[in-house]
Amino acid sequence: MYTQALNQADTGPKVIEDADKLARFEAKIDAEERIEPNDWMPEAYRRTLVRQISQHAHSEIVGMLPEGNWITRAPTLRRKAALIAKVQDEGGHGLYLYAAAETLGVSREELIDQLLTGRAKYSSIFNYPTLTWADIGCIGWLVDGAAIMNQIPLCRTSYGPYARAMIRICKEESFHQRQGYEIMLALCRGSAEQKAMAQDALDRWWWPALMMFGPPDAQSVHTEQSMRWKIKRFTNDQLRQQFVDATVPQAHYLGLTIPDPDLRYDAASGHWRFGAIDWEEFRQVLAGNGPCNRERMEARRRAHEEGAWVREAALAHAAKRRARAAAAKIAAE
Amino acid sequence: MTEPKMPLWEVFIRARSGLAHRHVGSVHAADAEMALQAARDTYTRRGEGLSIWVVPSAAITASDPADKDALFEPTASKPYRHPTFYDIPPEVGHM
Repeated sequence: MYTQALNQADTGPKVIEDADKLARFEAKIDAEERIEPNDWMPEAYRRTLVRQISQHAHSEIVGMLPEGNWITRAPTLRRKAALIAKVQDEGGHGLYLYAAAETLGVSREELIDQLLTGRAKYSSIFNYPTLTWADIGCIGWLVDGAAIMNQIPLCRTSYGPYARAMIRICKEESFHQRQGYEIMLALCRGSAEQKAMAQDALDRWWWPALMMFGPPDAQSVHTEQSMRWKIKRFTNDQLRQQFVDATVPQAHYLGLTIPDPDLRYDAASGHWRFGAIDWEEFRQVLAGNGPCNRERMEARRRAHEEGAWVREAALAHAAKRRARAAAAKIAAE
Repeated sequence: MTEPKMPLWEVFIRARSGLAHRHVGSVHAADAEMALQAARDTYTRRGEGLSIWVVPSAAITASDPADKDALFEPTASKPYRHPTFYDIPPEVGHM
């Protein structure tokens, strides 16, 4: 999900690029041709993509944690099966994206290391806790909804392997949003307590979901280059507005109130105008001070450490089998 | 980090009988058997295939994009390789 990495400055060393090669590269981008792994590309393009694709991958992987929290407590077998399938999809999406990032010359091990040592980030949204079952509904409806808004334009991003991964992900993502909305619908049609639970979850997830699109355009100076290179195709504010316009009527259908006293419909433009976003909260969450940042990183580190012996054993087993096969071949000759 | 690298495998899937195996992506795994298992979990969660091939990525030899013109451009000057190059009177009928 999520292009938050595109809001960061490219801090790598400035490289003086060959002017002819750069011109050919940019002509290709302008002609809507895709850039493929072995094609020449400017260093800044490569670095931006590695950062963006890997942070996208990390977001999918860390995103398994808040939802995984509810698998054992899903209210019915139907909900449980759907939630397991959804969490498994997020893992799969992380893997498609890591593979796309690796085509740019960075290894899986390096990428994982960047996440576990805190050098790489993941989407701010996964640093919020899932306190009730309604949060699972809200994540599917709002978080996956916001992710889809972000990801559909990425299907046409200029880097081929990233675009192809996104096409696959978008196809799988729509079930995620629908299952979330269905959970919300069931709660809103249920008892007064269930409806209150749905409203409480919306109250907590609404603003963090809007923050997922990143800082306002006026503040995100780094998106300009990404737009020119067609890594990104719409600005943060455009996507956020599109999300609000799509989501407000869905909340009304549920009979829920969006927790924004300034929200109003602007008939002239056809858009829902929303109130000010608390960007200080967003900065704090990105800086590591969200409600669950530490817990998420601890969970990822623990999973990696506890899996170390499995990776080691698998490699040792493969080496032993190779050696045995080689010995048998020599014996047979 | 000094952890040894997991080998990389390219994954090809036959979607339906009668179709060729098609490249769908890659996985990391210690050996071929585990690569097949990982490919199954990663790329066929919704009935996408009937058969999977995994090939060590290192075993693939690829053409260099820089040689694109030398390799492929000459075919553009050989229109006589296409059926439309030849004039057949319409009264002969479909051929």
